[in-house]
Amino acid sequence: MRRRHFLTLSASTVGGLLVYSLDRTPSRVHAQEGTLRVPLKFFTEEQALDVAAAAARIFPSDESGPGATEAGVVIYIDRQLAGPYGKDRYRYTQPPFEKGLPEQGYQDAANPRDIYREGLKPLAGFHRREAAEQDKILTGIESTVFFTLLRTHTIEGMFCDPMHGGNRDMIGWQLIGFPGPRMSYLEEVDQYHGRAFRPKPVSLAEVVGHRVRPSEEEE
Amino acid sequence: MKRLAPVDAVIVGGGWNGLLMASELTRRTGLSVVVLERGEARKTQDYAAGMDELDYGIRLRMMQAIRDETVTLRHQTRERALPIRQYGSFLPGSGVGGAGEHWSGISYRYQPRDFRLLSHLCEKYGARSLPPDHALADWPVTYDELEPYYDRTEKMMGVSGKAGNLRGKRIEGGNIFEGPRSAEYPTPPMKSPYLAALFGEAARKLGYHPYPLPAATTSVDYTNPDGVSRAGCSFCGYCERFGCMIGAKSQPTNTLMPLLRGKKKFELRAGAWVRRIIAKDGQAQGVNYVDSKGEEVFQPATMVFLASWTLNNTRLLLLSQIGEPYDPASGKGVVGRGLTHQVSTAAATAFFDKPLNRFMGAGSAGTAIGDFDGDAFDHAEANFLGGGTLYTVCYGFRPMANFGVVPASVRSRWGREWKKSALEFYDRTGRISFYGEHLAYRQNYMDLDPTYKDHLGDPLLRLTLDWQDNERRMASFMSGKAVEIARAMGAQEITRFPGLGRYDTTRYQSTHLQGGAIMGANETESVVNWYLQHWRVPNLFVLGASAFPQNPSGNPTLTAVALTYRTADAVIDRYLKHPGTLV
Ligand SMILES: Cc1cc2nc3c(=O)[nH]c(=O)nc-3n(C[C@H](O)[C@H](O)[C@H](O)COP(=O)(O)OP(=O)(O)OC[C@H]3O[C@@H](n4cnc5c(N)ncnc54)[C@H](O)[C@@H]3O)c2cc1C
Ligand code: SF4
Repeated sequence: MRRRHFLTLSASTVGGLLVYSLDRTPSRVHAQEGTLRVPLKFFTEEQALDVAAAAARIFPSDESGPGATEAGVVIYIDRQLAGPYGKDRYRYTQPPFEKGLPEQGYQDAANPRDIYREGLKPLAGFHRREAAEQDKILTGIESTVFFTLLRTHTIEGMFCDPMHGGNRDMIGWQLIGFPGPRMSYLEEVDQYHGRAFRPKPVSLAEVVGHRVRPSEEEE
Repeated sequence: MKRLAPVDAVIVGGGWNGLLMASELTRRTGLSVVVLERGEARKTQDYAAGMDELDYGIRLRMMQAIRDETVTLRHQTRERALPIRQYGSFLPGSGVGGAGEHWSGISYRYQPRDFRLLSHLCEKYGARSLPPDHALADWPVTYDELEPYYDRTEKMMGVSGKAGNLRGKRIEGGNIFEGPRSAEYPTPPMKSPYLAALFGEAARKLGYHPYPLPAATTSVDYTNPDGVSRAGCSFCGYCERFGCMIGAKSQPTNTLMPLLRGKKKFELRAGAWVRRIIAKDGQAQGVNYVDSKGEEVFQPATMVFLASWTLNNTRLLLLSQIGEPYDPASGKGVVGRGLTHQVSTAAATAFFDKPLNRFMGAGSAGTAIGDFDGDAFDHAEANFLGGGTLYTVCYGFRPMANFGVVPASVRSRWGREWKKSALEFYDRTGRISFYGEHLAYRQNYMDLDPTYKDHLGDPLLRLTLDWQDNERRMASFMSGKAVEIARAMGAQEITRFPGLGRYDTTRYQSTHLQGGAIMGANETESVVNWYLQHWRVPNLFVLGASAFPQNPSGNPTLTAVALTYRTADAVIDRYLKHPGTLV
């Protein structure tokens, strides 16, 4: 059995942040208070800290608004890797595995879990390094499959429905003015021409009135 | 193997074409009809909880599970084909309703010239202007013959739009380049989201003829001639790749299933994976399938309708050894011949200074121009044949798939500078897209892969497919036109489409693949006749876009469904009285 690992997120990373919506009006993002201790499903604590630090360089928290840290991107990635996606349920995995042309797409046997495990090895201790040094390391691996996945997953973790573990408090959606899954824009679609329509975001569970089972909980 | 009681008609595949055939047979005859669908049962009520980008838009919950079966691809016969291991360039449907559940609903008619393309190009440009390796053919059906069926299909689906050619009279505001229509669209055009309105204004300013995209995401509450009522679209934006939770988008489950549910002589078996069509002495006897419990079953039937979509239709014919496989070296054989996709590009990506509210929209809410379709324009300045549609569709942009696109002036793809620019442009980026004609070539075809297998051990389908210069030149010419339109729309910065290069399985293009079981004038060049009846096995019909000899730029579904109506009429009015060949 795998030893239980936890990731501790400090309150200061999630508390009220100033963000600018796309129409340039500042507003305070409402986020949870207090320390969060999140059980990890795939990563060890060290790995999680490294992934979180790398995601925070890809999508940093800075003057243009919060980033991967506040959205909890690492939690999203941890759950995805623990679930069917990590085990390659969404890929044809029959051998033989042969080298192909770029237009034939990814052809290796390694699944997303393998790619992270291997990709993280040379990054050990990444989270303890200075930002500039971290950027240099990431620049060095920019063209790897691992980095491509990490970048994609960071964006996904920023903007997924919160049921998947990322986009905490819909911080990503608030950042880009995305209102979430709404049933209707019938009145607005031909009225808001050239001006922003930015209703408060809602999550899927709020819209349908019950919890929805995400794919990562499937076998 | 379990042997079931015989039925009159067995239909393989529960998408638009299979379920339409089922509903025509069930409602107009007393025949017993069984639809075998390898995916799961579905209904409108399932779809509200499906408004999740990750599980549906990215993990593709509604699509055929690729781990069970995929296709292999190579660009040329001398290369080794490898499996497409994760979905990219197209997304095969699965489950009741098929791809018709999660389609976008853009519903063009083809132009009259498309139905006689070979003759048309020879007359206009001379046979010598054709690429030497082309495999073009005239369709054995004309636009005029299909027109009543187009009309029927539009009314059944409740397609929204504006006519541009009503019985020969040109009407501004519609697509003036379309063939003559016998009737106006059954429902008025969709409302225009901002980007679509900008495109329309700019196109008009440039002297083009913009028209609202014909949309099966019906604009208003509508009751079709079959008495099926659906609500109007609310522009929720969870449309392409999603099922519509209010049933506004015309889908087989909300438009055809209401006619079939509870009918005594109709049965739909979900989870039934057909492996072979059994034929002997020029007669189909039935089909072999594996049921949802994994048991092998033989379903005898008097008639077999194959409606499992282009690639599966072709594969099942090959696996069943019905008809001679096509050989590109000799040009002999028919099954697998004439594989075409569609030239589908983001012709120009434009960055604006105003917010677009891109999340509002519908799969077919947009504006298009036909000024560069077919031969609507002078090809003197174009070094290619054919053309297509430039359009903008506001399908409801989703953040995970679309975040991060930045102008070319921003070099980085991650970090502070990229993030700042990506945030700034997230809701200010619009695409002008292009759908273009894909000619048939001798070397683009399908056969069975010698190496890779599906989860049951049957060989995968192998695609040998690449773009030729005609498509590459077309794509780059249209990209130039799109940039001009984007400029007229007031874009600050514009990124051109980088060029077609080689056929790329990783870039989503469209799920519009055609050919493999094409219709034609005779059995040496085609698999089916103009009623989609197999030349050699007259009680076997092969429905869907597998019958198209080549791709005529627009999206295929309206035409495929119109052809199924036509086959249904021929079967019900003539074949049932005198079973045998219809031509
Ligand atoms: C994201 C997306 C957007 C699209 N947008 C548009 C659009 O805007 N306009 C347009 O014209 N078209 C569009 N299309 C294409 C359109 O959906 C298809 O052309 C159309 O639905 C095909 O209908 P069909 O009945 O021929 O096949 P399908 O809908 O694919 O149905 C075939 C069925 O057969 C089943 N099947 C396959 N093999 C077997 C087997 N061996 N045994 C049993 N069952 C089997 C499959 O599970 C499937 O349900 C889109 C497609 C996608 C994926
Ligand atoms: S955009 Fe319209 S048609 Fe599409 S899913 Fe939403 S309501 Fe249905």
